[in-house]
Amino acid sequence: MNIPMSNRFKSIITPIIAVLLGILVGTIIMLISGYNPIAAYSALWNGAFGEIYYFGEVIRQVTPYILAGLAVAFAFRVGLFNIGVEGQFLIGWLAAVWVGVAFDLPRIIHLPLAILASIVAGALWAFIPGLLKARFRVHEVIVTIMMNYVALHVSNYIIKNIITDNKDKTDLVKNSATLRSEWLQSLTDYSRLHWGIIIAIIGCILMWFLLERTTKGFELRAVGFNQHAAHYAGMSVNKNIILSMVIAGGFAGLAGAMEGLGTFGYDTVKGGFTGVGFDGIAVALLGGNTSLGVFFSAILFGALKVGALNMPLEAGVPNELVDIIIALIVFFVASSYMIRVLLDRLSKKGVK
Amino acid sequence: MSLMEILMIVVPSTLLWAAPLVFTALGGIFSERSGVVNIGLEGLMVIGAFSAIVFNLTFVNTFGSLTPWLALLVAMVAAAIFSILHAVASITFRADHTVSGVAINLLATGITLFLVKLIYDKGETGIISKGFSKIDIPILKDIPIIGKIFFQNTYWTSFLAIVVAIFAWYIVFKTPFGLRLRSVGEHPMAADTMGINVTKMRYLGVIISGALGGLGGAVYAQSITSNFSHSTISGQGFMAMAAMIFGKWHPLGAMGAAIFFGFAQSISIIGSSLPFLKEIPNVYLLIAPYVLTILALTGFIGRADAPKASGTHYIKGSR
Amino acid sequence: MDYVIEMLNIRKEFNGFVANDNITLQLKKGEIHALLGENGAGKSTLMNVLFGLYQPEEGEIRVNGKPVKISNPNIANDLGIGMVHQHFMLVDTFTVTENIILGREITSGGKIDSKKAEQQVREISERYGLSVDPQAKISDISVGMQQRVEILKTLYRGAEIIIFDEPTAVLTPQEIKELIQIMKTLIKEGKSIILITHKLKEIMEVADRCTVIRKGKGIGTVNVRETNPNELASLMVGREVVFKTEKKEATPKQKVLEVQDLVVKDSRGVTVVNSLSLCLKAGEIVGIAGVDGNGQSEFIEAITGLRKAESGSVKLNGKELLNQPPRKITESGVGHIPQDRHKHGLVLNFSIGENMVLQTYNKRPLSKSGILNFKEIYKKAKTLITEFDVRTPSEFTLARALSGGNQQKAIIGREVDRDPDLLIAAQPTRGLDVGAIEFIHKRLIEQRDHGKAVLLISFELDEIMNVSDRIAVIYEGKIVAIVNPKVTTEQELGLLMAGSNRKEAGEHSHV
Repeated sequence: MNIPMSNRFKSIITPIIAVLLGILVGTIIMLISGYNPIAAYSALWNGAFGEIYYFGEVIRQVTPYILAGLAVAFAFRVGLFNIGVEGQFLIGWLAAVWVGVAFDLPRIIHLPLAILASIVAGALWAFIPGLLKARFRVHEVIVTIMMNYVALHVSNYIIKNIITDNKDKTDLVKNSATLRSEWLQSLTDYSRLHWGIIIAIIGCILMWFLLERTTKGFELRAVGFNQHAAHYAGMSVNKNIILSMVIAGGFAGLAGAMEGLGTFGYDTVKGGFTGVGFDGIAVALLGGNTSLGVFFSAILFGALKVGALNMPLEAGVPNELVDIIIALIVFFVASSYMIRVLLDRLSKKGVK
Repeated sequence: MSLMEILMIVVPSTLLWAAPLVFTALGGIFSERSGVVNIGLEGLMVIGAFSAIVFNLTFVNTFGSLTPWLALLVAMVAAAIFSILHAVASITFRADHTVSGVAINLLATGITLFLVKLIYDKGETGIISKGFSKIDIPILKDIPIIGKIFFQNTYWTSFLAIVVAIFAWYIVFKTPFGLRLRSVGEHPMAADTMGINVTKMRYLGVIISGALGGLGGAVYAQSITSNFSHSTISGQGFMAMAAMIFGKWHPLGAMGAAIFFGFAQSISIIGSSLPFLKEIPNVYLLIAPYVLTILALTGFIGRADAPKASGTHYIKGSR
Repeated sequence: MDYVIEMLNIRKEFNGFVANDNITLQLKKGEIHALLGENGAGKSTLMNVLFGLYQPEEGEIRVNGKPVKISNPNIANDLGIGMVHQHFMLVDTFTVTENIILGREITSGGKIDSKKAEQQVREISERYGLSVDPQAKISDISVGMQQRVEILKTLYRGAEIIIFDEPTAVLTPQEIKELIQIMKTLIKEGKSIILITHKLKEIMEVADRCTVIRKGKGIGTVNVRETNPNELASLMVGREVVFKTEKKEATPKQKVLEVQDLVVKDSRGVTVVNSLSLCLKAGEIVGIAGVDGNGQSEFIEAITGLRKAESGSVKLNGKELLNQPPRKITESGVGHIPQDRHKHGLVLNFSIGENMVLQTYNKRPLSKSGILNFKEIYKKAKTLITEFDVRTPSEFTLARALSGGNQQKAIIGREVDRDPDLLIAAQPTRGLDVGAIEFIHKRLIEQRDHGKAVLLISFELDEIMNVSDRIAVIYEGKIVAIVNPKVTTEQELGLLMAGSNRKEAGEHSHV
């Protein structure tokens, strides 16, 4: 077996192998627990692509995943671990719905305003850990995790006591601010598919362009790779750290707008985290922290999550299995050094 | 309410909420001191909580009042084994420690909930009948003043936490094992040249952190929530990490920090029954532990130095 | 023949790179045996094999005639082999005693017995004349004492054979003399020593025999008494080595850099640049000679904007630049080849092209309105790559794929291309092979001939003496003497670097 292995090839095949390994271990778990893997996987497939309704739901689910993935990936590229996407996401959701509910404006102003509100809110929420990291060298991991919990409680409080009168759920967002579309819904058998996917794709292109083609992106990447050289070259490391968190937070807040203005059209008091933020971490890691990678990775995770809902119904398998598989994929991606070593061994076998 | 009455409520409550944090923070110390960052403490607490509750529900009739204690041992073993995944990923597979930790957390929640559904056919377990309940410590409870505050209406596990913390301090700073552990976290190459097996030490550090994290989760589940669901462990693992940093990676410092955070957590729960805290909207009490953690990290520990080689991979032959 | 250590036909590979290729080294009992080779020749690797940190692919090791397999440092220790590392293997936060006993702790009842341990440390240190403070933390003691701790580590474990890896790199001439005394004492006590070095003078002074390694291969073993430095140098590099660089007489013109009473503190708050004053003119090269740790690094960091200065003045062409941001300083006409090229000089994960524009990316035509113009960027990169002889597959190759010499050439190309009035070269040839060193020296002199002011900082006295037009000696944060390289001697410089009074150093020095 003599497979030429360039680095580029390895970068693409490694995530694929990680996914396959995750599925493999997931299958083993199912077998041990007495479930039928074939039934489970076909239920998974059917639940994602079996009907046009599901297909619409997949695209809808992919939308916030792309943006959450971009939020994590963007920060990663500048050397920061943004685990606070969940909190930034919740705050963005809150802001978008608040604007959507509180004002009565023509659509051409109202919708962009609500979206802008979500971006700004998420950006502000990420600004704090960014500032603390830049000025005080406080590690962003713990701070962002704490901010997640603060976001959860604060948004609950605001919904209950400020937007509504002690209710658990806000009113529906006004029609002038919604992302929903009758037409899209009718196309997909009344799934919740909305226009947000366009925004998400624009987000991908924006991240790519910003990082790879602009002078700002040059600086951000330099800081991410080597702060000392960047500093010597005249770049402001602190400003770039803060900027990257702010942009990342903006993406995360935007993801919240997708749910608030598109999927649901309202905001609710929540008993715990939604998981979008943490799934965003998985999406970014699997996608190698690149725009294109995040796009494809989000599609995979979106399909998995939506398809999973069909597993208890069609195959009697708890949908948590998909969460396990996702966790395993992250685990194998993190261990990709090992995968590369194995690939090297395999390709050398032929060269002997 | 008199000061005495307030103390009699606040102190045991603080120690109750602090104990799980103490165990878990100590676990974090063993791991990080050996050079492995362990974000997965939250997941290890989940494994511990799950194992303890399931063991308790299953075997309570066999072991009676010994059950919660045996459950602690079961939880320690289960979480220690689970932590081997993190060790393998971070040490042998050279994964980024933080990413591996995130994977551990996701995996722990996924697997435990999957198993709950598999075993009990519901989203959460039933309530245990024999957990850790309030007791008065014999003899000590009769000491004037101090006895009423510290040794009445309290929990054995709170004191176990303090004992374990002192024990951990002794091991880390007074024994050869502790010296070697610390050397591996500060300068693995130096340790290697002195003949110390860096990989073995790091594995041990992570496995010990697994056992202690599991212990923390088990204590939490059996003394506070009494069952297991997806919301049982909600941030305590991360808070324990913060206590570890706040305590500058020192067992006694971490114990102090954990008690402080336990205090903040308990206030958010019992605040409504205390005089001046009744007026404050609950949201402030709910976010207090988290905000305090952020302030603590910024204000006091901006420059705290983690073990120098924490988060790095030790690769022989790299210079 | 009484060989106490024999390393026979050793081969060591790392991922296809052959670090040691069929090398044989034999150490007699009671001798000081030097291991000579350039940077990267494979000396440290060979010794790491002996010490058990690496396993050889081929070859045999014998101790006192018996073949052995040394699979880890513990076994090396048991065989009586100890190593004093070039980069100290000391845990900063531990005490001297803790570092020495690590791995062989003295316990009583499970607990470390610090009192007994400290006592043992004192005993050994007195016996061999190695003065240390057993309770001091490593982070608080001097470099010389740290090295003595390294030596004590080996003696505590009963080493009979001691390997010294480049021990004099960070010592003053006086400390080097002390170390040589220590080595002679160790020999008297029955030890045998392997001395890894690339310093010919030390070999001539202290070694009995010398084995030369070049590019991973063993070249031969000579009797030191029967050879001379020139012969050793030739063996080391494989050709006639020209010790002097060709250069014209300097014609310095107007003042370019004026430093007055500069005060800088280091990261621990200690004042390391102590009211330093220095003046550079256009068209001259000033070399700063000094032992590492006398404030050179902080001085350079201060005038390039990488470190805050407490007080003083730094004027470039009359313009005050003290504590200005790096970008302002660079754009005022300062070029800097940083001491640590991987830390400050390059972004290793960027392409060579991107690195070439690291400071200029936001200027026309390399970018416009915030958008990068890659065509222009790579055009410039290609020009510089050719002009500065940077050996690279292409301008798109990542910087980390290049060798140290080529990385350095790229940095020089970038800095020189910006046409600075002042060019600062900090350790510009550290870790490079002779060919690269010659190239770089030529370029520095070329810049000087074009009317630039060049500030050279180096720990290699040969380089300073060869290249500089004037030598400024730095000691404890001050310039203590300015000497003429044509008339001074290494001995005089050494004394000045160690803080001797100018009068003691001789009439050759003058301000």
